[in-house]
This record gives sequence, C-alpha cells and structure tokens, in this order.
Amino acid sequence: MTRRSDHFVLRVDPILCDGFGHCHELAPELVQVDEWGYPIIHDQATSTSELALLKSARLAVRGCPRQALRIERVTSHSETPR
Amino acid sequence: MMRDVTLPRVMWGASGRPLTLREHEMTFGAAKAGAALAGELEASGLMGRGGANFTTSKKVELLRAQRGHHKVLVVNAMEGEPVGHKDRTLLSTNPHLALDGAQYLAALIGARRVAVCVSRKDSAIVHHVQRALHERERRGGGPEFILHTPPWRYVAGEESALVHWLNDNETMPQYRPQRPHVLHVGRSPALVVNAETCAHVGLINRFGAHWFRELGTPSSPGSALVSVSGAVRRPTVLEVALGTPLRSILREAGADPDPLALLTGGYGGAWLDGEHLDAAYSNESLQPLGATVGAGILVVVPRGACGLAETQRIVKWMANESSRQCGPCAFGLPALAEDLGALLHGARDPHGVLVRLKERCSVIQGRGACRHPDGVVRLVASALTVFARHIEDHVSGSPCEALTTPRRWVAVPALEHESELVWE
Repeated sequence: MTRRSDHFVLRVDPILCDGFGHCHELAPELVQVDEWGYPIIHDQATSTSELALLKSARLAVRGCPRQALRIERVTSHSETPR
Repeated sequence: MMRDVTLPRVMWGASGRPLTLREHEMTFGAAKAGAALAGELEASGLMGRGGANFTTSKKVELLRAQRGHHKVLVVNAMEGEPVGHKDRTLLSTNPHLALDGAQYLAALIGARRVAVCVSRKDSAIVHHVQRALHERERRGGGPEFILHTPPWRYVAGEESALVHWLNDNETMPQYRPQRPHVLHVGRSPALVVNAETCAHVGLINRFGAHWFRELGTPSSPGSALVSVSGAVRRPTVLEVALGTPLRSILREAGADPDPLALLTGGYGGAWLDGEHLDAAYSNESLQPLGATVGAGILVVVPRGACGLAETQRIVKWMANESSRQCGPCAFGLPALAEDLGALLHGARDPHGVLVRLKERCSVIQGRGACRHPDGVVRLVASALTVFARHIEDHVSGSPCEALTTPRRWVAVPALEHESELVWE
C-alpha cells in the first residue's frame, strides 16, 4: 500500500551550493560533507513517516544560505535516477 | 549518386576542400522533403555521435512533443576534445551534408531557426561554414541558419553549456535535476545535435533506414568517424562501420599493432588494455571491458610508455578546464591530479595516496551539474585497473624508464596559466 508520494529525497543544486555546511549541521542524519565541505546526500529515498528525518530535512532546506536544497517527493523508496 | 553499402558515407566525395552546394547535390542527390523522416529515423536506430550515445529519435520525439512554433535546432560542432577532429574534418569536407541533416531535423521538430555552433579557435572551419551558409542563403528556402562562434573550452560543447552560451554568452553547464530535460533558448525549446549526427540524418533521409542499417551491428547501426592519434604514422580521421574490430581500425590508421593501451572515447573516456584489440568498436562490446566509443576517439599508447604519466597530464588539464561551478569538480579534480602526480613522482606515503585517490574517485562521482567530473573519474578509475601493475611499481618506488624521456603520446594542450590550479 504505497500512496503517490510517501517518500522524499533531499536534493542539492551543486552549482548554487557554496559549501557553507549548514545542511550537515542541521540534518547530520541525511547529509555528510566531503573533505572540501560540500554535502554528500544519498540518493536513497526516506519515508515521510519518519517525522524526525523530515523535520531535519526541512530545517536544512530553510537553513541553507544559498537556498540550494529542496525536498523532492518520490513515489517509492527505490533509487531514483539523478 | 551514391547508394552503395561501402564506406565512406558521410566522408563521401572528400577532395581536400569543402564541397560546394552544387557539387554536394551532384554527389548525394538533391535535398528531399523529409516527409517520412520521423519513421525512418526511428527505424534506423541512429545514436548521437557526440559522446553520450543517446538515441536521436527519442530526443527528436521529446522535442516534437513540445508546444510552440519557435523551436530552435542547435548543431553542435564545438569539438571540445583536444584529440578529436571528426566534426572539423566533416565540416571541411561535406559541410552541406551536415546542414542538410540539420534542415530535415528542423522541419521535423518544427524549428524555424538553426544555430550552428563552431568554436572560434578554428578560423578555417568557421570560414568553411560561413561560405556554406552563404550558398544556402543565396539559394533561399529552408530555415534560418545562424552561425555562432563560442570560445573553445572543454565544457563549452556540453549541450546545456552551449545553450547557456546562446542565451547569456557564458559557456557554463546548467543544473538539470530532471532528465530527460528540455533546454530552452530564450523561451524556445531547443534540440542540440552533434554535427556528425546531422550528417547521418542527411543520409538517412535520402537513402532510408534500411540502407543505413546495412553497416554496423543491430544495436549500434551505421558508420562513425574515429579520430586516431598517438603512436600512428600520422593522426587521421577514419570512417568505420560500428562493430569493426579495433585491430583493423588500427591497421587502417597505420598504428602500432601491439600497443600498451588505447584511450577510448576521449579525455572523459576510459583506457582499454592493449590485449583487447579483437574487441569490436561499438558500445555493446566495449562497455563490458570498461571502455566506450564516446566522441569517436582512439589514442594509441605504445609499450614502454607510462600510462600513469599520460593520465596525470590529462587529468591536470581537465581539472583546469572545469568551469568551477560545483565544489566536487572545482576542488576534487585538482585533488585527483595532485594525487596522480604524487604517485608518479613519488610521495612520502604512496600507499596512502593510492587509497586516498580511490576514495576521492568514489566521492566525486555523480556530484556535478554536468558529467565533466564523472568523465575524469572514469578515466582515473580505468587507469587504476589497466595500469595496475605499473602503478604498483611506482608505489614500491622502482624507477620508471618512461619518465626519463620527454616523449608523451596523448596530445594535451598546454595549460594557459599553471597557477590557475592553485585554489585559495
């Protein structure tokens, strides 16, 4: 029983991103940073029923100084093409 | 009129100078209205020759489904690969064949404008295209052709960077989260097609999909242009049927028959071990070996050369050619070049450098807005497997004889500013 968009992925626009690293501070469960300070976000979708994760994803989106992040709703938890 | 199954096809009538419109029509027959082109194009299974190998008919269908009358067709003859010469050779031989194909495709998607993009580095090619466009203008009819001459950079030929140039005079790739993505020039949907692909379309419209498929393999039909350089008698551009064994391509080019390795696809391509010369030149047979047809490039590296040194020079140049919009590419590629240099010339902890290099490859993979970093990572990863034994020698500190000779095989342009690689 899957509804249309019951999963989400956090996505970063790599051109906008300047590596402030706020997303890693705000959503450490979802975002790792590489050695240059740019975010590594996994393609794996998270269920929207995990409210803590969704909340920190929202915090990361709002806390990005470059507004490079957004939450994308996807249909299943399968890996989505980039 | 040409109807044979034999090669050459797009290079037919090569005479050392571009064919004029009259000579072109005498050679290939007059241009036909492309009424049945959509079906023929799909049946032909033509794949783009610019490097991504995307099926052209799918791209065309995507654009046909767009609304509006102001679509634009962009002919991409930027040829960003320094070792690639196929588009330039094509445009200085049969410019009208590529323009014919562009005209058919424009009619098919309903575009009234065709932007022909040639890098301003080659003034001779710009001149040839200009003359061809003047001839067509005098003849009248057809869409409006406009010549654009963006500056030559590696990433300038990437389709979103090219469209960015047409919009804002900046040769920077754009971020496209959804793929397939329809690019826009102004507000008009744009179809970006490689110049060689256009030439094949020009032939398919004349002689049909059945004729096109008589050469090549079922999954990669037709012929393709290959730029062969490195350890060859002289660098050439050949037209070969897809699926030809690599050995016979090398023989035709007069190359070293027993090379150490081949660079396939271009700077963003992959190395292929010299023992796989019996593999067919097509993506379905090269991909299991880790190699690719890419932009139609083969560079022959003979035995005795140092594959690590060749890779390091390429990666250093590619790092410099990054448009530096995305952090993983702007910082990651110089880091890869630095690691390769450390392996090459010796470092305090070569094992650690090798481990770090592999880690950095997996970190950078897939994190740019365009495929530029992915291409470099693929090249480095293939070098680590193909030259594994030799890299082991470098790590253990045994001397490399190739480093004492100045001879290098892959042509890499000189860096304009070496200091550009230093980031504050």
